Amino acid sequence: MVTFTVEDLDGKRQDIEAPDDMGLSLMEILKASEYPVLATCGGMALCATCHVEILEGKDGLGEATDVELDQLETLPELFPTSRLACQIRISELLDGAVIKLRGEDN
Amino acid sequence: MINTDICIIGAGPVGLFAVFEAGLLKMRCHLVDALPQVGGQLSEIYPQKPIYDIPGYPEVKAQELVDNLMKQIAPFKPTFSLGERIDFLEKQKDGSFVLTTNDKTQIHAKVVVIAGGLGCFEPRKPVLENLEHFEGKGITYMVKDPETFRDKKVILAGGGDSALDWTIYLSNLAQRVTLVHRNETFRGAPDSAAKVFDLANQGKIDLILSANLKKLGGNGRLNSVILENKTKEEIIIDADYLIPLFGLSPKLGPIANWGLNIDKNAIEVDTTDYSTNVKGIYAIGDINTYENKLKLILCGFHEAALMAHSAFKYVYPDQKLSFKYTTVNGVNAF
Repeated sequence: MVTFTVEDLDGKRQDIEAPDDMGLSLMEILKASEYPVLATCGGMALCATCHVEILEGKDGLGEATDVELDQLETLPELFPTSRLACQIRISELLDGAVIKLRGEDN
Repeated sequence: MINTDICIIGAGPVGLFAVFEAGLLKMRCHLVDALPQVGGQLSEIYPQKPIYDIPGYPEVKAQELVDNLMKQIAPFKPTFSLGERIDFLEKQKDGSFVLTTNDKTQIHAKVVVIAGGLGCFEPRKPVLENLEHFEGKGITYMVKDPETFRDKKVILAGGGDSALDWTIYLSNLAQRVTLVHRNETFRGAPDSAAKVFDLANQGKIDLILSANLKKLGGNGRLNSVILENKTKEEIIIDADYLIPLFGLSPKLGPIANWGLNIDKNAIEVDTTDYSTNVKGIYAIGDINTYENKLKLILCGFHEAALMAHSAFKYVYPDQKLSFKYTTVNGVNAF
């Protein structure tokens, strides 16, 4: 299990615990935790509705792929540590990370 | 006024298959979709991605499934209003409905089926003060008629393919085109990016990189856009039009105002026939919700079949419905 902190659109923070051995993505955990993440494309890095900003995290939680960077590029608002939650695997990299939701308010 | 038995809102896979199920029961369908093409998110977001859970297809590309559905429903001659969004729905005294689109197309239908997926795909908007105030008064999110921009000062914002393509296109038409992009490079098609850099080098367009939209200027109508560059300096540019191009995102939109029971952006339905709380309105596919709902295309297909058998009573109130297999009876087109 890993524990990380999620900051919602109103700035409220909550610690989330997630299993790191089930091949889940951060997007899936956010949805399961009832955060307003649309994830229209279901996790293919094709819609950018699971946009998050990594406020604290080891190595930005891994490298973004070209597909992910292309999609982030289309967003009106982008931050230096923007990522798509669907492209972040739940792993020990996430332990202690702080993630801010940036998707539109749905 | 378009007259039909069933007006289907949303031309994604489930909306398309609903035409087939309705057609078997001799009910005609008119489909409306906010996107300019059929197929919903399959065509818009992932046309080349394989789908593995359609019964009978070990693997099928999203666009191929849409093309096949179009072939399958062709005998029932569905009609379409594409690139339009239903803004108003009015129930008539006789229980039928009149629907009006944002382009003022009117559709009279005995039954309404909402197969809207995650909602209408609408342009993502930049966060700017007074943005709504200038919408339609200088700010537009799509180029519907390029002639609008002839001899005008146009600012485009964005770094994707559509920003590049429209910059190139409008450079021949507008008085002055300025493309604003927050990065130094483009991730869009390399050919288009090269062309945009060429046009900038030749002085035919203004290319402002590493800059963001900051403020809008104008009294009633847009007349300038203020940008902020890397060093936080403000740049004021005169503009008749600003076209922000930041992709599309689904929104529930006007559906939320039709008196339907809605839970977390989804419409609550009765699982015996996928009817909503409003008599004559059904919701199928990803847009509905019920206990144990799975957002799968195949579940939407099932919902379409049950919906059609229930909707029959509104279209043919005096007839008795008899269930028939296509294998026995074939597909009897209109």
